[in-house]
Amino acid sequence: MSIRHGLLALLDQGPRYGYQLRSEFEARTGATWPLNVGQVYTTLGRLERDGLVEAAGEDDEGHQFYAVTDEGRAELRRWFDTPVPRTNPPRDELAIKLAMAVTIPGVDVAAVVHGQRRHSMQALQDYTRLKGRALAADSGSGGDLAWLLVLEQLIFQTEAEIRWLDHCESRLAQHAERTAAEPPAPAAAPPARRAAKSRDRGRT
Amino acid sequence: MTEQLKPAEPVLHLDRVSRTHGHGAAEVHALRAVDLRVYPGELVAVMGPSGSGKSTLLTLAGGLDSPTDGRVVVEGTVLGELDRKKLAAVRRRSVGYVFQDYNLIPALTAAENIALPRELDGVSARAARREALAALEELNIAELADRFPDDMSGGQQQRVAIARALIGDRRLVLADEPTGALDSTTGESVLAVLRARCDAGAAAMMVTHEARHAAWADRVVFLRDGLLVDETARQDAGSLLVTAAANARKDGQP
Repeated sequence: MSIRHGLLALLDQGPRYGYQLRSEFEARTGATWPLNVGQVYTTLGRLERDGLVEAAGEDDEGHQFYAVTDEGRAELRRWFDTPVPRTNPPRDELAIKLAMAVTIPGVDVAAVVHGQRRHSMQALQDYTRLKGRALAADSGSGGDLAWLLVLEQLIFQTEAEIRWLDHCESRLAQHAERTAAEPPAPAAAPPARRAAKSRDRGRT
Repeated sequence: MTEQLKPAEPVLHLDRVSRTHGHGAAEVHALRAVDLRVYPGELVAVMGPSGSGKSTLLTLAGGLDSPTDGRVVVEGTVLGELDRKKLAAVRRRSVGYVFQDYNLIPALTAAENIALPRELDGVSARAARREALAALEELNIAELADRFPDDMSGGQQQRVAIARALIGDRRLVLADEPTGALDSTTGESVLAVLRARCDAGAAAMMVTHEARHAAWADRVVFLRDGLLVDETARQDAGSLLVTAAANARKDGQP
């Protein structure tokens, strides 16, 4: 994943040790994806195994330094030159939840949408507050810009989710109107009964 | 911080406000018994689909329309109890209003448009102009002072309209889609100005259909078919991110 390339990018600026890499990664991403130092060392181990980094000695305090290899630099270049693939969308828990909710009788889908929208809106307020602070504290450094971009990615993503939830709500309303106008299709009955049964099992 | 400063008295209180248009079969309930308080230092965003009553809510709050039932109270004054002249004075002194279509007077320059409500209040022309220039400065459009609305882009007109709403010591700012004609970074700087006004003690209510803009507010209320259906609570705890990071640290510490 991107931690690998994130570490390569940091090492491209000169040899560093584990704790240093962690704090620099977090400074740029505002601890949005917090790293623990164990993850950093595991990733460094794999990068070393793959010949992308190499050990570069210890300092007086015993910190193990790592440096990027030529192969590592080439890999980093490839990463920047290649778009992040969107062909295999990551699993989205909310989409899965709603897909299940609309097919299982007895789930109040509107309430699911409603509750999620309130929660996402609060998250969006929270990110925006952080952004206000980041803007106020902006010293013009590259690290500040990096953090701002990451925050704004979260903001736009959450906004998109809220818009999608709004759309789900009107889609559901439209669907409810249409099904109210039509007699229920008999073919839909057996799976609905099965679903109801399994739900009862789940409760006991 | 605003939490400590929050006195018991809201700047705006919509006290079970209803607004009905038409009669009999054609009766439309634009708002149904909406109860909403906006306190000093607070920015409240109103969201909802079109036709949900958002703009009606704002026109009632600004005294541009009257409720069929309930009361609108601005800084302790019940708007429905005022005669036209007094109502106009309250609207001018206490309320800054940003209209969706800006409502700038074409024959006046930006600075004159902004200074007008202050001059009507009896402030001297020179002092009013000084305040107008300061308001333009706050919105980073000082260079527009002597331009006429027809010579400005939509986004520039919008920012002038916002400057007009912020001039003087308005305690209540009402804004209808204040970022509508603005690109995303300019829209954001306008919201930052509104936010700063509220942090300095003003109260504001903003109608928007964009979640990203509503997120600058302390509270977001959702309207549907004239009813207030949901509301985000004020969150005073630290951010989600900081908490997540702290948890990860705890877990990750060797």
